[in-house]
Amino acid sequence: MWARAAYLGLRAAARGRWGFTSKADPRGSGRVKGELIQHLERLSLVDFGSQEAVARLEKAIAFADRLRAVNTDAVEPMESVLEDRYLYLRSDSVVEGSCAEELLQNSHRVVEEYFVAPPGNISWSKVDEKQPFSRC
Amino acid sequence: MVKQWKQCQTLFFGGSKITADADCSHEIKRRLLLGRKVSVALKQGRVTPTELCQRCLSLIKKTKFLNAYITVSEEVALKQAEESEKRYKKGHSLGDLDGIPVAVKDNFSTSGIETTCASNMLKGDHIKRVLLRYLASLLRLRSGSTDGIFGPVKNPWSYSKQYREKRKQNFHSENEDSNWLITGGSSGGSAAAVSAFTCFAALGSDTGGSTRNPAAHCGVVGLKPSYGLVSRHGLIPLVNSMDVPGILTRCVDDAATVLGILAGHDPKDSTTIQDPVKPFTLPSLTDVSKLCIGIPKEYLTPELSSEVQSLWSKAANLFESEGAKVIEVSLPHTSYSIVCYHVLCTSEVASNMARFDGLEYGHRCDSDVSTEAMYAATRREGFNDVVRGRILSGNFFLLKENYENYFVKAQKVRRLIANDFVNVFNSGVDVLLTPTTLSEAVPYAEFIKEDNRTRSAQDDIFTQAVNMAGLPAVSVPMALSSQGLPVGLQFIGRAFCDQQLLTVAKWFEKQVQFPVIQLQELMDDCSSVFENEKLASVSVK
Repeated sequence: MWARAAYLGLRAAARGRWGFTSKADPRGSGRVKGELIQHLERLSLVDFGSQEAVARLEKAIAFADRLRAVNTDAVEPMESVLEDRYLYLRSDSVVEGSCAEELLQNSHRVVEEYFVAPPGNISWSKVDEKQPFSRC
Repeated sequence: MVKQWKQCQTLFFGGSKITADADCSHEIKRRLLLGRKVSVALKQGRVTPTELCQRCLSLIKKTKFLNAYITVSEEVALKQAEESEKRYKKGHSLGDLDGIPVAVKDNFSTSGIETTCASNMLKGDHIKRVLLRYLASLLRLRSGSTDGIFGPVKNPWSYSKQYREKRKQNFHSENEDSNWLITGGSSGGSAAAVSAFTCFAALGSDTGGSTRNPAAHCGVVGLKPSYGLVSRHGLIPLVNSMDVPGILTRCVDDAATVLGILAGHDPKDSTTIQDPVKPFTLPSLTDVSKLCIGIPKEYLTPELSSEVQSLWSKAANLFESEGAKVIEVSLPHTSYSIVCYHVLCTSEVASNMARFDGLEYGHRCDSDVSTEAMYAATRREGFNDVVRGRILSGNFFLLKENYENYFVKAQKVRRLIANDFVNVFNSGVDVLLTPTTLSEAVPYAEFIKEDNRTRSAQDDIFTQAVNMAGLPAVSVPMALSSQGLPVGLQFIGRAFCDQQLLTVAKWFEKQVQFPVIQLQELMDDCSSVFENEKLASVSVK
């Protein structure tokens, strides 16, 4: 079970002048906690694994916050540097495929021509796993 | 002496070996057939592809301590050499590079991500077979300098005579090997392999500087082509809007040769431009008086080492003294560039890593409780801290409540950064000249003291803006530092003006005459080759 109490104890880190060589502050800013952690883990399907990882995320967020200083009024977001060109679309004709056997060979668990997965209607919860901050 | 000279010639002259076996796409095969000229030595039978291949394989074995290679598919390589030989005998070589050993970074077709390319997630022979694309799987390279399950790659310069001599002067008494240097990354293996002469060219990938950074540290040429010029089909994506395959070679001419073969539209990668692209030869510039070189003032950061700074100055003066116009320019949003890159990169990584769930390919854990539990456990086992950290950061920025303020904001800042470059080039600048890295390669022991994100922020500082703008850039080794280690400088060109960029780089390379690495293993092999660096290259004049 997540130790929420541990997070509530986190204090905001002293915000010094940012430089490339700033050392990792294990305390973090306390922004990322409790529900947000669980939410992110569920979305990512990877876990933080440790308090240091949470602190690293907080530092990453603080780093990203520097973008607020940039004036982007009337600036369109750029999705691709090739936005002025049309993507190539090939004709809708079948030219390859029929490699089911090869593809199936990649999987660890197949039955005939099916990839086999465990039951899908059970939502993942860390509680069930009983492994807070498990690391491999 | 004559005999040794001949031996060296046979070792280093040769055709290429980006072969087109059955798994390659049609496009590459077609491109390979457009070779400009047949290698003189192979044509004349002075060396055979098999000999070339064997020499490289032997060097790979001798330099195993560098840990540059993950997989050396010896049999496949020799078989391909044989086929190349047959082609030459019949006079049907595939082109300039037929028969030349080329190494490939392990995220082309097999493994996952930039910094953890040797990832538990995709280890396994069965993966390699099916996901094979494009270039010969003949020599699969280690990517990544410090991460990954196969251990870090060691910079060949750690073992060079030039570096060792400097260190003795400092009276260091520690174990020779304990203070080895990093290669930089993430295409560290590719750079080390080329630097140690184990292959003639190597493919890397470049998302934020991953080709140029190790190139600078390992004293080789690292080219990042324009985005959209070279197909990404088969390259496992990290950041789709910034990734490009990178090319590492020992000289600029070779990079141009490889680029000429790889560039062009690929129906399997719809982000490749459809303009026709032809292989090209680089002219040898003699007159640079019509060139305008831009020096971005924001790149002069306090963190830049004084040695690199002085070499950068020296290079600018070199251009000026030869008649080029050298001006200071401004890229105003430079200080936000690394932040912007950080947000966009982690966001796209979070999305791109979602495919690794263990169901259809890759590592799969033993859990059978539920699909999600299986995915979670698989990913916990398969990804290391760095990757997990990026995924979590990325997903934070992509949360509904954060999307506008972080992701979209970063996209807007990206446009500002790209526009900065456009404005500078529109003002008459042909090529920008900047450092590639903050300093020379550092010892591994020092490198691991900082976490990955901090290191990335440092390492990619000069290189990532180029990826965001999609421009071509090349790192060219300039000189050795006071420690005897390579320092490279970066040239940035206009979009799709890769040829012009490489022409300038080639001129510069000729002016600076960067020394050849003196490695014991190579010197045992062939000592007189180091008297003429040109022999180490693919291109034959």
